Order: sequence, then structure tokens, then C-alpha cells
Amino acid sequence: MAVKLLLENAHVEGIRYYEAYRRTGGYRSVEKALKMTPEAIVEEVKKSGLRGRGGAGFPAGMKWSFIAKPEGVPRHLVCNADESEPGTFKDRYLMEFLPHLLIEGLIVSSFALGSNATYIYIRGEYAWIPDILEHAIDEAKANGWLGKNILGTGFDCEIYVQRGAGAYICGEETALIESLEGKRGNPRIKPPFPAVKGVWDRPTVVNNVETLAAVVPIINMGGDEYAKIGVGRSTGTKLISACGNINKPGVYEIDMTISVEEFIYSDEYCGGIPNGKKLKACIPGGSSVPILPANLLLKTAKGETRYMNYESLSDGGFATGSMMGSGGFIVLDEDQCVVRNTLTLARFYRHESCGQCSPCREGTGWMEKILKNIEYGKGKMSDIDLLWDIQRKIEGNTICPLGDAAAWPVAAAIRHFRDEFEWHVLNPEESQRRNYGLAHYADAREIVAA
Amino acid sequence: MSVQFNEKQLTEFNRLVARYPEGKQKSALLPVLHLAQESFGGWLSAESMDYVAELLRIEPIEVYEVATFYSMYNLQPVGKYLFEVCQTGPCMLRGSDDIIAYIGEKLNIKPGQTTEDGMFTLKTVECLGACGYAPMMQLGKHYREHLTKEKVDAIIEECRNNAAVNN
Repeated sequence: MAVKLLLENAHVEGIRYYEAYRRTGGYRSVEKALKMTPEAIVEEVKKSGLRGRGGAGFPAGMKWSFIAKPEGVPRHLVCNADESEPGTFKDRYLMEFLPHLLIEGLIVSSFALGSNATYIYIRGEYAWIPDILEHAIDEAKANGWLGKNILGTGFDCEIYVQRGAGAYICGEETALIESLEGKRGNPRIKPPFPAVKGVWDRPTVVNNVETLAAVVPIINMGGDEYAKIGVGRSTGTKLISACGNINKPGVYEIDMTISVEEFIYSDEYCGGIPNGKKLKACIPGGSSVPILPANLLLKTAKGETRYMNYESLSDGGFATGSMMGSGGFIVLDEDQCVVRNTLTLARFYRHESCGQCSPCREGTGWMEKILKNIEYGKGKMSDIDLLWDIQRKIEGNTICPLGDAAAWPVAAAIRHFRDEFEWHVLNPEESQRRNYGLAHYADAREIVAA
Repeated sequence: MSVQFNEKQLTEFNRLVARYPEGKQKSALLPVLHLAQESFGGWLSAESMDYVAELLRIEPIEVYEVATFYSMYNLQPVGKYLFEVCQTGPCMLRGSDDIIAYIGEKLNIKPGQTTEDGMFTLKTVECLGACGYAPMMQLGKHYREHLTKEKVDAIIEECRNNAAVNN
């Protein structure tokens, strides 16, 4: 049975409310942390090896240690709840069903960073969740965990929930800060980093929902114990939101030692692929990470078992590997068309480009148009090379990583499924009637035959 | 519709502004625009935006540039019921193309259009973070998930019934 640190009590009746949450051991980490020094808390988080759960995987304790502490200037913690990466819906689950876990993590983290006013920036479409969070905040306040002089320590803390209004880019931390200031979500040039100059020019730390929730078990069990779970630099547990062509879509907590094959086929997790279909491909970490064909997904290029952790998923680099990313796990069965899937993602990134940098603003539009032509039987062979050329000219040439996020799915689709693109070009009529199927990597059938 | 918050809406406005430091009231712009859209008929007219600018003591252009950036602000009137159907990859894999086509057929409108009686608007949107419960759409404050043709029929029926009761 897998270790569960975040979702252990997710099915306790009434866990959304204070009484049940407290009864199952909630807010113990606040009692413990407020007796420690802020520096000692940062040290525990460093020892835990916790890596940012939003997608970048940057060590959280190290990020915290960068925060500037100029005399007399307030500092802020901002919780990034702008979950918008296609395939990702884990933070929603945490906030909807375990709001107090996030609030608890926010109180401890606010104390560690010296934030007296902490903001949760939540995507606007999750319109019913702010009510749940604000109710939890009110309950926490009524029970003395928030407000003035918490537990008699002299520490004051308020948490506010701000709704965004529909913009993927606001998940990028400097765009989020701009949005929190009431502006368009145009990312800022770094440096200065938010840790020095963030919201209202004050030192700011922006962390993902799951990262901040993970602070609770880290404080409760200690950083060293947390670091023993998992493998290598993939410590602790990770929430995976699984979707696409699987029997049991949903949010799963894994301890990063299980294999990708087990995750897809075991009844404890995705429960296999519906209707006896075969696995064709998978985007394992949210739409921006490279798509992998079944054979490279279940085994690395060296023929070793691939595991659900940061290192194993990226084994082989972008040539034959992918990334853990946000944990948005998207499965495609044999009936799916990689060209069409890539088109919907290209459309997504064109729609979400903020328009600030020309390679991204123009390039995402061109990629969508070319993909549309190929998908609808109007493509030329040279279009495939043109697509490759455009994505290369976007990658690395923009202020923020949205450009890279738009380029990678197109690059990986061409890299691994070029034959499918060519088939569309060569068979413009047939490709309107049927999908290409599995044809180009026969060995995958054997791998997934079980 | 007169563009002026009533007492209850003004109380909410003041609650929103109070979250930010003194002099940083512009930070409340996104939530205040949501409030204005809900209060003034489901969309933001130039008049509504000017009113928000005045309340927050900022220039109207600061409001326009934000209202035009974020996809949730409607800059044109929309139907009483706005169907925002997700069409991104994970929903597409689970049949969102068919659902969008079915709604369009059923209501006799294309994405981006409103029915003649002003009851329904169909809009395609990009990933709403419900990929495991696809296909899906946003209707008002909530999500409708695991959509099938039968479910779409029932939702349309439900909207028509609600409209009849409320009139």
C-alpha cells in the first residue's frame, strides 16, 4: 500500500470542515512550527528535499532561503492556485476537498517567511472554490490559528483569496504578481527575482498549492523522515492527475517509486485502458512536456523500466525522455490522432500567449495554422520541416517559459510521430476518414499486450 | 440597466479593496470586474468599466487593458445561460468535439453565437482543469462534467425550466 501524506484523510466524512480536520490531527504542524524559529522551519524544508510541485521542480527550501529581508519592508507569501496546465487538476482536488490542509501549510509557511498578509491567487474558472477556502479561513480564524497574535506568539497572519479571470500565463510567477496588482498578466524580466522585488515591489515567495500543503507533513514528521520517502532527489509524495483514455481518471498520490506501467495498468491507479484498446502514447507531466510513444514511456531507451519520478521520467533528455512537470498525466489510446492532439495544444498556447514576445505571439499562431492544414488534409511535406523550424525559433527566445511550453509538444510530436504527420500529408482524404493507429512502433503492442 | 452598485454590492466592493495595502486599491481590479460583470447583466460595457475606474480611482484605460486581456470578461452581451465547453487535448480525447457539435445542432448556433431568444450562448474555451472528468463545460459558477448527449439535453431543459420559473 502506497504512502499517503496529503490525501490520507481525504475520505473522512466532513474533512472539508474544521471539526473533522482538527480531530484527525489537523493544525498540529502549526503548534509545532510556531515554537520553532523561522530559520529552523526553512532548514526542515531544505532537508526534506521538497521540490516545487507546480511543474519546474525547483527545491522549495532553497527558494525560501532567497527571500530578501530589508528592514521595515513587509514580505509576502503568495500561493499559486492558477492551475491551468492542460491535464492538471490536482490543486483543485486539494482545495476543494482538503481546504484546511492548504490553510495549515500556508500558516506555517507564512511564519517561516515572515508574511503577515498571504494571498491565494486562484484561477477565475474555479469560481466555487474561493467560497470553500474562505469558509476554511474563517473557521481557522475563529479557532485562533489566524489573525492577531496566533497562539500567543505575537505572529499576525491574514490569508486572502483572489480570483484570476482566465489566463494560463498567470501561473508564471511574475505574471501572477502583475495580475495580483490588477494588471495584464505580462511576465516580468528577471532579475530582479520576486524574492527581492515581487508584489508591490516587496520581497515575495510564490509557491504552488501542493508544495505548500506538503509543508504540513514535513513539519510533522521532520525533513529527514520526509526525505526517506521516494527515491533519489524525488522525495516525498506527488499528486498525479490522470486523464485521457484510462478506466479510472482522477487524482492519485504516489510515492514516486512505482513504475509507469504499474501506474497505468494497476487497479489501484488508472486501471488500464478502456475497451481493450492499446496504449499509443502519453504526455506524463502536463501538456507542455514531451509526448512519448508507448515503447519509450514504459521503458527508457536503454530498455530499463521507467518510473514515476523526476529523474526516470526525464531519462534520455528530450530525445527519448520527458518530464514529471505538474503531474498532469494524459493517456492516448490506439484510436487517437497525434496530429489532432498536437493541434489542440498548439491552439491552446496560441490562445494563452500574452503577446509580449514576438517569437511566441507570432510563432504559436503559425504553428496552429500549419497543424490545422496538416490535420485537415491541406498540408505539404515541407510544412513538417517548417513546424520544426518555428518551434526551434520560439524555444529559449522569450521572457517566460510559455514559449518553451508551446514549442516542446510540437517538437516531441514530430520527433516521435513524424510518420503520422507524413501519412496525413500523403493521404489527405483517407486521413479525414480514419486515424493512423499504432502502425509505426510494432513493439509497443507486445509491451502492452498484458 | 443602471451602472451603479447597490448597497450590498458596495459592501462587497469595500471588502475586496480592504485586502490590499493602503494605496494599492488597483489590486482589487480583477475581483471588482467579476463583481461588475455579475451585477450588470453578465458583461462589461464601456460604461461599467468607466464606473469601476472611478470607484478604484484609476484611469479608464487601466481597466480596458485588463478587461480585454482575460478571457472570462465578456465584452459583448451574452445569453442568459453561457455554455463554455472545453476543447483542449484531454477533453478532445474524451469526445468534446462531438459534444460541441451536438450543442450547436441542438441550439442551432455556432460557437460564439447566441440563440435568437437570447437564452443561450455557446462558447468554446481552453482547458478548465477538469481533464479527469471530461468532456465538460462551465455553466455559471459551476462545472458540468462527464458530459454525454443525454446530459446536454437535460442541462438545456433545466435552463429552460429555470428561466420559466424566474420570469
